Amino acid sequence: MRTQPPSLLSLAVDASVLHLSHFSDLSPLPDHILLDLFLKRTLRAGKLNEKILKLFLATGKEEVLSLIQTLNIQHILTPVLPTKSPKMSVVNNIEDGEIDIVIGALHSDLRPFMSAWKSIFSRYHLIIVKDPDLKDDLQITEGLSFKIDIYTKSHIDKVVGSSTSIAFSGYSCKYFGFLVSRKKYIVSIDDDCVPAKDADSILIDPVAQHLRNLATPATPFFFNTLYDPYRNGADFVRGLRCTNTSTEPEKRNSRYVDAVMTVPARVMMPISGINIAFNREVVGPALCPALRLTVEGKVRWETMEDIWSGMCVKVVCDHLGLGVKSGLPYVWRNDRGDAIESLKKEWEGVKLMEEVVPWFQSMVLSRTATTAEDCVAEMAKRVKEQLGGSDPGFGRAAEAMMDWVELWKKVGSGPSPV
Amino acid sequence: MVEPATDTKSAVRTVALLKDELDIVIPTIRNLDFLEMWRPFFEPYHLIIVQDGDPTKTIKVPDGFDYELYNRNDINKILGPKASCISFKDSACRCFGYMVSKKKYIFTIDDDCFVAKDPSGKAINALEQHIKNLLCPSTPFFFNTLYDPFREGADFVRGYPFSLREGVPTAVSHGLWLNIPDYDAPTQLVKPLERNTRYVDAVMTIPKGTLFPMCGMNLAFHRELIGPAMYFGLMGDGQPIGRYDDMWAGWCIKVICDHLGLGVKTGLPYIYHSKASNPFVNLRKEYKGIFWQEEIIPFFQAVSLPKDCTTVQKCYIELAKMVKDKLGKIDPYFDKLADAMVTWIDAWDELNPTGAANKGKKA
Repeated sequence: MRTQPPSLLSLAVDASVLHLSHFSDLSPLPDHILLDLFLKRTLRAGKLNEKILKLFLATGKEEVLSLIQTLNIQHILTPVLPTKSPKMSVVNNIEDGEIDIVIGALHSDLRPFMSAWKSIFSRYHLIIVKDPDLKDDLQITEGLSFKIDIYTKSHIDKVVGSSTSIAFSGYSCKYFGFLVSRKKYIVSIDDDCVPAKDADSILIDPVAQHLRNLATPATPFFFNTLYDPYRNGADFVRGLRCTNTSTEPEKRNSRYVDAVMTVPARVMMPISGINIAFNREVVGPALCPALRLTVEGKVRWETMEDIWSGMCVKVVCDHLGLGVKSGLPYVWRNDRGDAIESLKKEWEGVKLMEEVVPWFQSMVLSRTATTAEDCVAEMAKRVKEQLGGSDPGFGRAAEAMMDWVELWKKVGSGPSPV
Repeated sequence: MVEPATDTKSAVRTVALLKDELDIVIPTIRNLDFLEMWRPFFEPYHLIIVQDGDPTKTIKVPDGFDYELYNRNDINKILGPKASCISFKDSACRCFGYMVSKKKYIFTIDDDCFVAKDPSGKAINALEQHIKNLLCPSTPFFFNTLYDPFREGADFVRGYPFSLREGVPTAVSHGLWLNIPDYDAPTQLVKPLERNTRYVDAVMTIPKGTLFPMCGMNLAFHRELIGPAMYFGLMGDGQPIGRYDDMWAGWCIKVICDHLGLGVKTGLPYIYHSKASNPFVNLRKEYKGIFWQEEIIPFFQAVSLPKDCTTVQKCYIELAKMVKDKLGKIDPYFDKLADAMVTWIDAWDELNPTGAANKGKKA
């Protein structure tokens, strides 16, 4: 039984607790009343929420703030990441200045290429690396407002020297571009590709799509059946003739699959170097020009460097908890080369793949490998020990990987070596 | 704006593949009006209707369809005490249909799913695509970046080992949905207006070792290869959880398929999902599942079945033991579920006495 009737002050404070959400500013209140309001009334009545907490914090009164700290009252963290993705023209977080477009030039006349990509590439900085085996001078369209740096054999020799086992010829020349770039993101497209067109004949900008893929999280631990949940219009969710290439030489890929997806952790895949983008800061060292076929050629059918490099990067990403996405964007690739001629060279690559896939799949890196460099160094050792015996190509790949890590440590960061 | 196909009467009736080897299982509690839209594609096939809810209600099946219908009384009569493993007041009851079927393949669809249109405006024969998916091999051991290499216009890319190009038999074909996407209740509440309008023209194999959320709305499978693992759990009336029936089955079949070297595909075909269920009702049903899921998934990801589990039933019984062992501590529900899983296998074996059907034999 109450011995004293409530005071007017106490009634007023009680009433204000009920209407706390309507107040915009509590600072005029005297300190002792504020404390009373906070501790005895609001907290006890269970009326503390985000908005009201902010209100009290805004008063700036020391005693209230120290009380909040002592009681360890914290803001509620949003446990669910927003999956609404940015509009096509605005890529969250990535500025143009953070990107390098790296092109390996295996053709000397790059004018058709530059002209096809002008509208898409012109806002970025370009690095063009000329295949050291290419004899003719590069021809680049004059007067375009590109910011370009061109590197040739002499640059490569100066930076890398001759004491390395890495060969930067052919498609591997672009790795030199990856090495000397100082940007956070790299997009690399083969020089025989042009932009694809969508259903309305508008050029598809693969750079923007790559950047969106890189800027949004990946989901490697579980397969989302609606593919990339961070794309607009998607979210996380609750044969017949079964044939094979060599029988259908006329086949062209005409299917546009409107999807991006994360390739799950521990799943291996063939990463093609034709149209690729990556976060250089995080995985740069893991893309290494290591596996070369003995008669490596100048058409994609005659190379395996990107496939090998891709599997290395996938193992590294899985180990470091990073994501690899596959799917959009598409680029348009023109016919080149003679399949039968290439097959005579490619068979070696085919044979090598049979061995390496199971080997990569079972790779578990040690806990102490916490950076891409560490991972590649460890993988290189294992390649030498476990695969070196079965084919000299692997032994050479191991050496190249080790040299690459050293090279990356020396000139992969700091002031540009060229 | 995506729309369903409205007039399918003029749809081209192609040769009904596997019409004597496939059953269409449909759970329903309301009516089967949606079948009218599917008639050109479904009519040649035998239907198994599983009537949920009040058994005294008569569900009318449109004329011209060849079907068998089971209500709760029928289920109780046929299974006796084992009927306890079949859920009530939840579409999970559909798995009874899988058990009583005598066919090699099953296609199951919800009664609020209609015929979708592809980007060219043509009505999609979802059943035909499922059959194509099931009849062509899967490729779970290496990811093909041009997706299903057995589709027309696609193939294995450079770098794909030739020894892996033969593929493995496909056990499950998981289709997708246009319009109302299969979101959980919280996502539905946050994005009530979102519609899936993107037609992704791809089928792909879900890689070995990767789990996925299997939706039962538009699903087909090879009953002889994986049927016994397609138990949709204890949901609905009297259970602490709902709307996780297909999820549960999906996790179980995936670990078993990975163990037995079978493939699971996802992607095409699309159907048009028309009804968004009430997100608040859904939240009530899913609530526990949302928390339990966080522990259940690592459990499945860590499952390793012993070598001597060479049939689906053996794998499933072993899985039931593991569920009881490892998940029992989360909630007594999992003890019940583990028991129900065993009851299911008993019932399956009783209704499907050992013939070629039950040995995990390759197609």
